[in-house]
Amino acid sequence: MKLGENAKPQGSIIIALSFILALVLTIMPLPELIEPFRPAWVPMVLIYWSMALPNRIGVALGWLVGLFLDVATGALLGQNALALALLAFLTLQLHQRIRVYPLGQQALSVLMLIALYQILVVWVRGIIGHPPESWLYWMQSLTSMLFWPVVFVVLRGVRRQYKVN
Amino acid sequence: MVFFVILSIVLMTVDHRENHLEKVRAALSLVVYPLQLIVDIPRTPIQWASDSLIPRSELENELERLRTQELLLKAQLQKLISLESENRRLRQLSQAARRLSDEMMIAELMSVDLDPFSRQIVINKGISDEVYVGQPVLDADGVMGQVVHVSPFNSQVMLITDPSHAVPVQVNRNGLRTLAVGTGSTEELNIPYIPNNADIMVGDLLETSGLGGRFPTGYPVARITSIEIDLNEPYARVSARPAARMDRSREVLLVESADLRRQQVGDEGAPE
Repeated sequence: MKLGENAKPQGSIIIALSFILALVLTIMPLPELIEPFRPAWVPMVLIYWSMALPNRIGVALGWLVGLFLDVATGALLGQNALALALLAFLTLQLHQRIRVYPLGQQALSVLMLIALYQILVVWVRGIIGHPPESWLYWMQSLTSMLFWPVVFVVLRGVRRQYKVN
Repeated sequence: MVFFVILSIVLMTVDHRENHLEKVRAALSLVVYPLQLIVDIPRTPIQWASDSLIPRSELENELERLRTQELLLKAQLQKLISLESENRRLRQLSQAARRLSDEMMIAELMSVDLDPFSRQIVINKGISDEVYVGQPVLDADGVMGQVVHVSPFNSQVMLITDPSHAVPVQVNRNGLRTLAVGTGSTEELNIPYIPNNADIMVGDLLETSGLGGRFPTGYPVARITSIEIDLNEPYARVSARPAARMDRSREVLLVESADLRRQQVGDEGAPE
């Protein structure tokens, strides 16, 4: 990770593509039964990038991606933007710790972060009067935790392959 | 950080209370549109393939079935035409407001998933096809919902089963007026505010009452499935099953009613 401290930032396209892929995975149709179990792809990708490239990826990008997530999922405009901006902020605070954790422990931190993101979203939805009524809502944090090693390994591979820094 | 938090809160407040942000949303969704197309792609060739691989006998059967159905419908239509003109004559006699006939536009569902905890769908018609916010959406069997966001090439429809949606309805048998509120389940609507002694039975058809000005009058909404009366409570617990096939229809109809459009634009259009 120290390779490119002095190099010019590159690989913006790769970062953008990873977010686009995450958005596509988020709106891809799934059978209704397993729909609540869909991992939170966009927040996970955001966590990875703000952990790996803390001096490039930040709160502003999180906010922007959140705005697109709002439009794509038909949510209240600003709901995911707020949650993802805070998520990016928290990850930036913690990145030096999470980075050196073993993969399993990292997944646990991701569980906490995604749960926090979900709490923020549920809070906003509660305020506007329609909170999700099923406990299945929280399954997203769990499946995100289970999928984290995959996301991490794939994105790390991509980052090294294309020398994103 | 604080700046973005405040920005989000302002954005959410404005979006929730006013409709000024429709334009912003439409512009942003133009960026999201290609993604929705990508997600929708796998369906198209699969459907094309399965359509062109149907055996001839099956097609002939279907043709036969459609022919009989058409004959039946035409017979019913004959009666309807005479009834309609009679209805118009009677309404003229009683000086009542004339119900304008509604125009329909067919739209197709895009297979895109939105939030799993609210009931919304995406259809492939948007501003360029003159879809407007609040436009009612039907399928062949009944009312499905209404348009909540429009963008240039597609729009989002909130189904009547969404927990934050309610339709003004009346019982088709006796004109008892009430509301049908979504529950979040595709199979159930909740009918609150029915007094314990009201004349309502299992199997009654609920149709749109046209009050509230969003939905045109007289389209089927749901059928009553259960009534539980608890004398300790002021209202009976009534639930109904939507008439529209919420999770199975591929094609939907957008109702274009001159009455409603005029109201949307803001002219005087109050009936009666």
